[in-house]
Amino acid sequence: MTFINYASREINCKIVYYGPGLCGKTTNLQHIYDATAPQAKGKLISLATETDRTLFFDFMPLELGTVRGFKTRFHLYTVPGQVFYEASRKLILKGVDGVVFVADSQEERMDANIESLYNLEENLKSHGYDLMKIPYVLQLNKRDLPNVITMEDLAAELQRKGEPVVEAVASTGVGVFDTLKAVAKQVLTELRKS
Amino acid sequence: MPILIREQRYHHIKALLARLRLDASARVVVLVEKDGQQIAAHGEVGDLDTTSLASLVAGNVAATGGMAKLIGEKEFPTLSHEGDKESIHISVIGRVLLVVVFDQRSSLGLVKLRSKQISQELAAAFAEIERESELPGAASGLPFSEITDEEIDSLFVQN
Repeated sequence: MTFINYASREINCKIVYYGPGLCGKTTNLQHIYDATAPQAKGKLISLATETDRTLFFDFMPLELGTVRGFKTRFHLYTVPGQVFYEASRKLILKGVDGVVFVADSQEERMDANIESLYNLEENLKSHGYDLMKIPYVLQLNKRDLPNVITMEDLAAELQRKGEPVVEAVASTGVGVFDTLKAVAKQVLTELRKS
Repeated sequence: MPILIREQRYHHIKALLARLRLDASARVVVLVEKDGQQIAAHGEVGDLDTTSLASLVAGNVAATGGMAKLIGEKEFPTLSHEGDKESIHISVIGRVLLVVVFDQRSSLGLVKLRSKQISQELAAAFAEIERESELPGAASGLPFSEITDEEIDSLFVQN
């Protein structure tokens, strides 16, 4: 839920990166963190297992700049991708303003993508949101790997509503900011409508 | 629908937090919305990252709320974490979370008592914010209705 504070002149929005296990959600955040100037970001908090798998969530606040005298701050979250962390995944979606679905482009991960996308729709519904109505971007990650499905085939299977589709290699940063920009733009456009 | 915090409400909440901080001899007092957004903070904030604290507190409360449901409770209304020097006490007040960070200058008992005493006023103040946010046309006076695509694009230029 977007917070607009007139006294501190701030807009705060929440964006959640969703997707199957090991698709690169945390890698997206890590790249944004590494590539952002220190004054524009807070800490990157990772609640992860000893093997660096996300246990609860990753979080980082990112300040993008000023619009009409208001500082715009985006709170970026990831969810744990592994199927059995369902309860924590659901909690993170509370109050979300925009969602990025990070799909793993590898052929053998197609089923995991479909299952996770279905899971996203269900969990959004449980909080009273409709995927068809909220700001949403589909990122096709890991485009540098050899066994990837074509962008057309992935989009045909995973695209839900004509949302922006961004090809990415999060490990090197390709497409990461394009994805963030696409979702942030929709969130701010929603604000314009309200 | 965005939550709109008007200046007058913000200063009222800050004043309540200041009073609590004094009465409870606390280091920092933070008011957080249940989804993880910080509403206001007061005290010896220094380099304490209250934004991250807010998101972790909300995650903490959400997780323990989930645990409560598993054992047949609605929720746990208070949570305390006691460290060697610094401690945290969290009260769930409807949709907001009152977070008190305190050290040896105070005690858990005092913090609990003072938090409880001020909770109704804080709940009422946030209820007013919610009510104002839901009024028809509440956001109509916002400057954002005229944001241009170019302005949004310009936010990303430096990145």
